[in-house]
Amino acid sequence: MSDDDLQPSRTRVPMPVAALSDPHMGDAARHPERAEKIIAGIFVLAIVFIALFGAGYVQNWRPWILGGTLGIGLFLLGFGLTAWGKYLMPQGPFVEERHSLASTPEERDAMSAALVERSAVVVKRRKMLGGLFALGAGIFGIVAVFPLLRSLGPLPGDSLDVTDWRKGTVLVDSNGRPVRRDTLVVGGIMTVYPQSQVNALTGFITDQGQAVDQTVLIRVSDQPFTTVPGRENWTPDGYVAYSKVCTHLGCPVGLYEQELELLVCPCHQSMFNVRNGAVPQFGPAPRPLPQMYLGYNDQGYLIAMAPYDQPVGPGFYERTTT
Amino acid sequence: MSANAATTKRSAKAAKGPFGQVGQIVGELDDRLGVAKGGRVFLDKIFPDHWSFMLGEISLYSFIVLMATGIFLSLYFVPSTQQVIYHGSYAPLNGQWVSEAFKSTVSISFDVRGGLLVRQMHHWAADIFTGSIIVHMARIFFTGAFRKPRELNWLIGTTMLILAILEGFIGYSLPDDLISGTGLRIGYSIAESIPFVGSYLVTFLWGGQFPGTGIIIPRFFIIHVLIIPLVILGLLSVHLGLLVRQKHTQFAGEGRTEHNVVGSPMFPTFMAKTTGFLFMVTAATALLGAFVQINPIWQFGSYDASKISYAVQPDWYMGWLDGALRIMPSWEFAGWGHTIPFEVLIPAVVFPGLIFTIAMLWPALERKVTGDDEIHNLLDRPRDRPKRTAAGAAFFALLFTLFAASSTDVLANFFHVSLNEVLWFFRIAVFVIPIIAGLVTYQLCREMQGVHGIGKRKRSVIVQFSAEGEYTTVPTPPRPDDVHSELHPEPVPVRIDIEPLNDDGAREPESSPTGVRQVSR
Repeated sequence: MSDDDLQPSRTRVPMPVAALSDPHMGDAARHPERAEKIIAGIFVLAIVFIALFGAGYVQNWRPWILGGTLGIGLFLLGFGLTAWGKYLMPQGPFVEERHSLASTPEERDAMSAALVERSAVVVKRRKMLGGLFALGAGIFGIVAVFPLLRSLGPLPGDSLDVTDWRKGTVLVDSNGRPVRRDTLVVGGIMTVYPQSQVNALTGFITDQGQAVDQTVLIRVSDQPFTTVPGRENWTPDGYVAYSKVCTHLGCPVGLYEQELELLVCPCHQSMFNVRNGAVPQFGPAPRPLPQMYLGYNDQGYLIAMAPYDQPVGPGFYERTTT
Repeated sequence: MSANAATTKRSAKAAKGPFGQVGQIVGELDDRLGVAKGGRVFLDKIFPDHWSFMLGEISLYSFIVLMATGIFLSLYFVPSTQQVIYHGSYAPLNGQWVSEAFKSTVSISFDVRGGLLVRQMHHWAADIFTGSIIVHMARIFFTGAFRKPRELNWLIGTTMLILAILEGFIGYSLPDDLISGTGLRIGYSIAESIPFVGSYLVTFLWGGQFPGTGIIIPRFFIIHVLIIPLVILGLLSVHLGLLVRQKHTQFAGEGRTEHNVVGSPMFPTFMAKTTGFLFMVTAATALLGAFVQINPIWQFGSYDASKISYAVQPDWYMGWLDGALRIMPSWEFAGWGHTIPFEVLIPAVVFPGLIFTIAMLWPALERKVTGDDEIHNLLDRPRDRPKRTAAGAAFFALLFTLFAASSTDVLANFFHVSLNEVLWFFRIAVFVIPIIAGLVTYQLCREMQGVHGIGKRKRSVIVQFSAEGEYTTVPTPPRPDDVHSELHPEPVPVRIDIEPLNDDGAREPESSPTGVRQVSR
C-alpha cells in the first residue's frame, strides 16, 4: 500500500492568508514578517501592562491605576489578536452554500401523520384518561402557584389605608425630639414623624415611619388659618402639616418654595399649594396631599388630633373614593 | 539500547497517526461523541464581515464581563437592610447608622482591594450591555434581519432586552442608597397602580406595605444574581444556537446570494478576531471603570424614604418611562369605591407593554402587511424599505423625545423658561416629533434611492495656488475605500488548508506532496 492510498481524496483549494488585491490587506500580505513583528511588539506591551496590573494589585495601588493597566493590557492583547486574525489568517472571502433547512414534503407529512394518528389513538379512545390527567395536571398547576405566590407576603388588608398616626400622637423630628410651639419660625419647614416610630436601638426613625408616616410640617404664618372649609382649627399658630408621600408615585415631597408657598415633588414636579389644602397646582399628581389635624397636648407638644382621614400616597385599585 | 529506544519512540509517534496528539484526542472524542464530522463543519463555518455584525458581540461580551465582575461583587455584598453602624475607610460616614447592603457596597468601594474598579466595571458593563442590545436590535430592524426564518430569534432578543432592563433596574436598587431607593419606591407605586392585582403584587413582593419587612433587598439579590442571569443565559444559548443553525445574514454584493454565505472561516480567522474583540470590550469596561466615576453611592447616603435630592432621574434606559410619567396629565379615575390611577397606569404600564408587544409582533405584522412569506437571507438596505425605516425612525424619535422629557426640570432651569412651557412643549413634541421624523426619513429614503453611487466617499482634491496666480486641482491618491474592490468569493472548500506565503507574498504552489495540512501563523 503506497502512501497515496492512505490520503483521503479531496479537492484542494488554495487559500490566501490575506488577499493581495485587498487594499486593506495588501501591505501586510506582502510583508507578513513585518506584520508579525508589530503584533509581537503589541503582545509584549500587553504582557508588560498585565504584569503591571498584577504588581499593582499586590501593592494595592489606586483603583484608577489598576483599571488603567488592566484596560490597556487587555486592549493591546485583544488588538494584537484581532490584527493577527485580520492580517495573518486566511481571509477569503470564502463562500459556503446555504442549504434549505426545510425537510421534504414526504418527511413533513410523515411527522404530521405520526402526530395526528397517534394522538387520535390516545385521545379519542381514552377520553376519560386524558381528561383526568389534564385535570390533575391543571389542578397541580393552580395549587403549585399558592406556595410560590401566596406565601411571599401578607394580603394587603387595610395596611395600605392606614398610617401610625393616632389621636394624640406626638410629632417628633428625625432625631426623635418632640416639636414645640416655638420650634419653627414663620416660613420654616421640617419633616415630622409619629413618636411611636422612634427606633429604640438607634434613636432614629424606623423605616416604616420614614416611608409611610413622614409628614411635612410648615409654619405658614403666626396665625391659624383655614385651608379648606371644614378644617377650621387644623392649623394652630399657623402650623400646617401634610403627608410627605406624593400622591403621584410616593416620592417624598421634599422641596418647599417659600415665597409661592408651594410644596414641590422633585421626582415629577407635582406642586401643592400649602395654603389651600395642598391641592395640586401643577404636574401629574392627581390628589391633594392628606392634611393632618394639628393641636397641642398638655405639655405643649404638637400632636395629631386625628389620624389621616384618607390613605396617604399614590392611588391603587382598592383605595376608596370617599 | 539507545537505538531500541529511538525505534520505540518513532513507532509510538507513528502509532499516533499523522496528526499526533490532537488527532488522538479528536479520535477519542469521536469514538464517544461523534464530534469529528459536525466539528469539522463548525470549524469551516463562514462568518460574513460587516462592522454592524459586531454589535451583538458587544452585548455577548459585556454579559461575560457582567458575570465575571458580578461573581466578584457577590462575594462581598451583603443583601440585607439590617441597620448597622458604619466603620470603615470612608470618613464622612463613620459612626452613622446605615443598612448592611449600603455598608457592604461602600466597603467594596473603599476597603476591598480592586473593589471600586470591579464595581464600576460592573455598572459600566451593564450600561454597555443594555445599550448594545438596543443598537443591535436597531440594526436587525432597519436591515430586515428579523424576517422569515428569523422571527423566533427576534422574539428571544426582545425578551432578553426586557430582562436586561429589569436586571439593570434591580441591580441598581441593590446598594440601598438614596437615589436607588427612590427609584424602588417609584417602581413599587407603579406596580401598585395595576388594577385588581397591584396591591397584592406589592405586598407579596415587599412583604407588606412599602418599605416592607426588609425582604425586598434579599429577594432582589437572588433575582439579580441567579434567576434573571440564568434565564438570559438560557435564551442566549438558544439565540446563538439558532444563529448557527440558520446561518448569518449578509448584505447583497458581489457573489453574495440568498443561498450562500460569504466571509471568513470560524477557525481560525473569526475566532481570533472575535476573541480579540472580547478582550477589547473587557478593556473598554476596565478603562471606563478606572477613569469615569459611576454611581458614587457614598455621596448619596443610605436610603431614607423621607429624604430626596434635586434632579432625580433614573438610569438612562429607564429615562423614556420617566419622561412619559412626567408629561402625562393627572387623570386619576375614582368612583364606585375604587381608584384607577391612569396617570401612572397609562405611561408606566400600558405604554411600555404596548411598545414591547408591537416590537415582538413586528415580524408577523410586517409579513401580514407586505404579504411577503419568503425566506430572506440577504439584508435590506434601510433606504430600500422607506416605510419600515420611517416607522423605525419615528419610534426612536418618540423614545428620544420621552427621554428628553425626563429632564423637564433641568431643562427649565437651564433655559430659564417656566416648567409649564417645557411640559407643554413635550406634550406636543411627543406626537409631532415622531411624525416629522417619520416623514423626513421616508422622503430621505426615497431621495437616496434615486441618487446613483450614494454612500460612496468622494475623492478629495488638493487645490494648489501657483506663483503665477493659477489655481490647479490635484486629486489625492486613492484611499482603500475609494477603490471598488470586487469580491470573488471562493467556493467553500471541503477542507480549508492554510498555506504559508513565501517571502514575496505569493502563494506557494498547490499543496504539499504529503497532503498533510500545513498550518502556519
